[in-house]
Amino acid sequence: MSDLMSTLAQANFPSPMAPATLAHYLAVSGIMFGLGLIGFITRRNLIIMFLCTELMFQAAGIALIAFSRYHMNHTGETFVIFVLTIAAAEAALALALVVLLFRRKESLDAGRWSEMRG
Amino acid sequence: MQTELLQLVSTLGSALLAAPEAGHAAHGTAQGSAHAAAAVPGMGAMGQWALLVPFMPLLGCVLVGLCAIGKVRSKLPAWITIGCLAVSFAAAVAMLMQTMHGNAGQGQTSIVKAWDWINLSFSSKGDMTGTAAALTQSLTANFSFYIDTLTCLWMLFVTGLAAVIALYASEYMSHDVGPGYIRFFAAFNLFVFSMACLVMGDNLVLLFLGWEGVGLCSYLLIGYFYKKAPAVAAAKKAFIVNRIGDLGLSIGIMLIFVVFGTVEYSKLFAIIQSGVLPTGETLRDHWVVWVAPLLLTVGAFGKSAQIFFYVWLPDAMEGPTPVSALIHAATMVTAGVFLIGRMYPLFTADPHLVALTVVAWSGVITAFWAATIEMAIFDIKRVMGYSTISQLGFMFAGLGLLTPTGAAFHTFTHAFFKATLFLGVGAVMHGFGGQLDLRRLSGVMWMKGFGLVGIAMLVGSINLAGVPFTAGYFSKDLILAQGFATPQGMIAGSQWIAWILLLTAGMTAYYTFRTYMRVYVGPKEFVPGNDAELVELGRHPKGTSLDTWHAQHGHGDHGHGDHGHGDHGHGGHGPADHGHGTDHRHAARYDFDPTTEEFDPHPPGAAMKGAILIAMVLSILAAGLYFYKPIHAAEHGGWVAGLVNTSAVAVSNPVVESARGGLLFGQDPHKLMYYVSAGVGFAGILIAAFLHGPKGLGGLFIGNRTRAATSRADVLVGLFGPLTKAARNKYYVDEIYHWLIVRPLNVLGHVFFLFDKLVVDGLVNLAGFAPRALGHAAKGQQSGVLHDYAVRMAVGVAAIVLIAMLLGSGGLS
Repeated sequence: MSDLMSTLAQANFPSPMAPATLAHYLAVSGIMFGLGLIGFITRRNLIIMFLCTELMFQAAGIALIAFSRYHMNHTGETFVIFVLTIAAAEAALALALVVLLFRRKESLDAGRWSEMRG
Repeated sequence: MQTELLQLVSTLGSALLAAPEAGHAAHGTAQGSAHAAAAVPGMGAMGQWALLVPFMPLLGCVLVGLCAIGKVRSKLPAWITIGCLAVSFAAAVAMLMQTMHGNAGQGQTSIVKAWDWINLSFSSKGDMTGTAAALTQSLTANFSFYIDTLTCLWMLFVTGLAAVIALYASEYMSHDVGPGYIRFFAAFNLFVFSMACLVMGDNLVLLFLGWEGVGLCSYLLIGYFYKKAPAVAAAKKAFIVNRIGDLGLSIGIMLIFVVFGTVEYSKLFAIIQSGVLPTGETLRDHWVVWVAPLLLTVGAFGKSAQIFFYVWLPDAMEGPTPVSALIHAATMVTAGVFLIGRMYPLFTADPHLVALTVVAWSGVITAFWAATIEMAIFDIKRVMGYSTISQLGFMFAGLGLLTPTGAAFHTFTHAFFKATLFLGVGAVMHGFGGQLDLRRLSGVMWMKGFGLVGIAMLVGSINLAGVPFTAGYFSKDLILAQGFATPQGMIAGSQWIAWILLLTAGMTAYYTFRTYMRVYVGPKEFVPGNDAELVELGRHPKGTSLDTWHAQHGHGDHGHGDHGHGDHGHGGHGPADHGHGTDHRHAARYDFDPTTEEFDPHPPGAAMKGAILIAMVLSILAAGLYFYKPIHAAEHGGWVAGLVNTSAVAVSNPVVESARGGLLFGQDPHKLMYYVSAGVGFAGILIAAFLHGPKGLGGLFIGNRTRAATSRADVLVGLFGPLTKAARNKYYVDEIYHWLIVRPLNVLGHVFFLFDKLVVDGLVNLAGFAPRALGHAAKGQQSGVLHDYAVRMAVGVAAIVLIAMLLGSGGLS
C-alpha cells in the first residue's frame, strides 16, 4: 500500500528539481534584500519606505536561518528571534516618528524634507 | 640689590674710619718687585674706600630717584648731585695719592672688588689642540676696579668736571625745576657712574657695560627737551651711530676672549708681556694682534666721533649746554681715547703697528675735516662741537704716533678748557634766549655781568689755539712734535700726518679767534632771533642777504612785545606790557620753542659764574703740570707723563721708547716745536683778528668790524664760493649718509615688511584658509534629501562588498 501511495504520489508529478541547497536560500535572501533596497531608494511614501526596510530585515533573517541549517546549530535561529524582536520594537519607534513627521508637514512624501541641505 | 646696598653702606663706614690707616698700610707694601720700566707696575693694596669713586654717583642717582617719588620741587636734586660728586672727587684725589706713592714711589696697580658678577666655567669638546687646561675655559668678569695711575688721571678730571658742571647746571636748568630737573640730574649721576665703570673696570665686560651706559645717558640727556623734534632726532642719531661702533667693540672683546682666554686686564697684560698665547703660539705671529685692535678701534671711532662716525656730535648740541660740556667735550668722547690707551699693550704688540697707523690717519683726517667745516659755520655751539671733534682727532693722532702721554695730557687739558668754553657759550645762550648765531651777537664781554664770561672765553680760546705757556699749548706740542720724532718706518706717512696736524693747529687758532672776536669783543650788539631759520647753520631766508633782511625787518621791530610772533602763546599780552619781571623764559625750558617765546637777556647768576670761574682757573693751572716732575717723568710731559708711564701702558714702553729720533729741519722736534707751533698759532690768531676783529683795537692790522653781521671775511666768502657753501653745510655729509645709508635701509625695511606680510603671514594664513576651502567644497555634498543619503549608503555597502570579494578571491588565488 505504501509503495502504491508513493508511486501514485510521484506518478504524475514531474521529476523533482535539484534538492534545495544553501545557495538557493541565499539567492532568495539576496533577491529579497535587493528588492527591499530598490524599493527603499525608489519609493517616496514614508510608510512604503519603512515597509521596504522591514523586507530587508526579513531577507537577512532568511539568510541567518539558512546558515543555521547549514552549520547544523541553533545560533542563527536564536539570532533571528532577536532580530525579529528588535525589528518590531524599531517598527513601533519608526512609525511614531513618521506620525510626528506627518503632523509637521501634512504629507508622507519623503522628498518634502530637505532643510538640512548645505 | 640688598647685599649691594649693605656693602655700599659698609664701604662708606669703613671709608670714614679706615682711610688714614689704609693709606699708611699700603705705602710700605710693594707687593710686586721693583720692575724695570717695561713691565706692568707692581700690585698694591687699596682700601675698599676706593669704591666711593664709582658708587657715590650711583648713590646720587638713587637719591635723586627718591626725589622723584617724593615729588620734590626744589633744587635738592642738584645739591645731592654736587655733594655726591664732590665726595667722589675727593675719593679720586685720595686714590691718586695712594696709587702714585705706592710701590715705593714707583706707582702701583690695585684691584678692588665690589662683588662677583660673571663667573662662568665651561669645558669644550676635546677637539681643540692645546693643553688640557685650555679645554676648561672660564669667563670671569667681576665688578672689580683696576686702579692704576692712568685710571686715577682719568677719574680726576671726570669727577672734578662733573662736580663743577653739576654746580653750573643747578642754575642753568633752574627753569625746569620739577620733574625735568630730577630727570636731568638722575641721568647726570647715572652717566658719571657709567663713566666710572668704563674707566675703572678691571675687565673688558665691565668696560662695555660702562660704554653702553654712557651711550644711554647721552641719549637721555641729548633728548632732554623731548618735545622738540630735532632734539629727539639728535638723541636717536647719537645712539644709533654709537651702536655701529659698539658692534666692532663687542666683536673685538669676544675675539680677545676666544684667543686669550680671559677678559681681565691683569691676566691679559701678563699674557701680552710674556708674548705667548695660552694655546702655545707666539703673540707676534698670530692674526689677532692686528685684528683685535682694529675692532676695538672701530668701537673707539664711534664713541669718539672720528671720521665717518662724527655726525652725531654736532647734532648732540641740541642737548642742554651742561650736557655738551660734560659729555661731549670732556668725558664720554674721551672714552675712545681711554680704550685705546688702556689696551695700548695690545696695540703695540703688533710688530707692524697696523691698528695704530689706522688710528693716526683717522685722527689727522678727522682733525683737518672738522677744522675746515668750523671755519665757515655760524652757530657758536656747533663751532665748539666741531672743535671737540677736531681735538679728538688730535688725541687719536697722538695715540697713533706713539705718544700716549701726549694724547693723555691733551685729553686732560682739553677737558678743562673745552668745558670752560662750553660753559661760556652756555652763559651766552642762557642769557640771550638761545641766540647762538655769531652774526647776531657782538661785544658780549662788554655787556653788564658778562665780563667774567668774556675772560673765561679768552682763557679757553688761547688754550685751544695753543698760545705759548697755556696748557693747551704744551699738550698739543707733545703730539705735534711726536709726529716728527717718530721714525719714518714705524707709522706709515707720519711726516705727512705731522704737517697736516700743524696746518690744522693753525686753522684751530683761526676759527677759535674768529668766534671770540665776533661774539665777545667789538661793538655791543644783539639781534634777538625769533627766526629759527637764521639760527641754523648759516642759511639765509631764501634770496636775501642778511643785510637786506635787516633792512626789510628793521632792528627795532624785534623788540619784545610788538612782534606778531609774541602773541601766540601769551593770551592778553599787551603791547606795552612785557611781563618779564619774574617770568624768564629761556632756552633751558624743556618745552621752550624759540620761535614763539619771548626773552629778556640777563647775565648768568652766582652758580654759573662760580662754575665758570673754577673751570677757568683749572684750565690755567693745568699748564703747571707740564713742569711738575715728581715720579718717572719722561723727558717731556711732566706729571702726566709720569702717570702714564707708571700705568699699564708701561708694558708698551719698549715700543714707545723706540719712537724717537726723527728730526725736524735737523733739530730735535720737541725743542723746535715750541717755536713752530707758537708761530703757527699766532698766524692763525692774527688772520682772525684781521678778518673779524673789531674796529679801533689799534693798528692797521686789526679788523674793522663795526656791526655784528659783517666783517672783512665776507669778501673771502665770495672768493671761495662753493667751497664755503659746502663747508657751511658741513659738506652735506648728513645728506650723503641719508641717501647712501638711511634710505636704502628704509627701502630694505619695507621689503622685509612686505616679505613678512605676504610670505610669512601668507603661509600661516594659508594653513587657516585651506581647511575652510576644503570644507566649503565638501559642503555641497550635503543635499538634505533622504533618498540621496540612501543611495550613498547603498553604494557604500556595494563598494565594501566588492572590495571584500576582490580581496577575498585575490587572497585565495
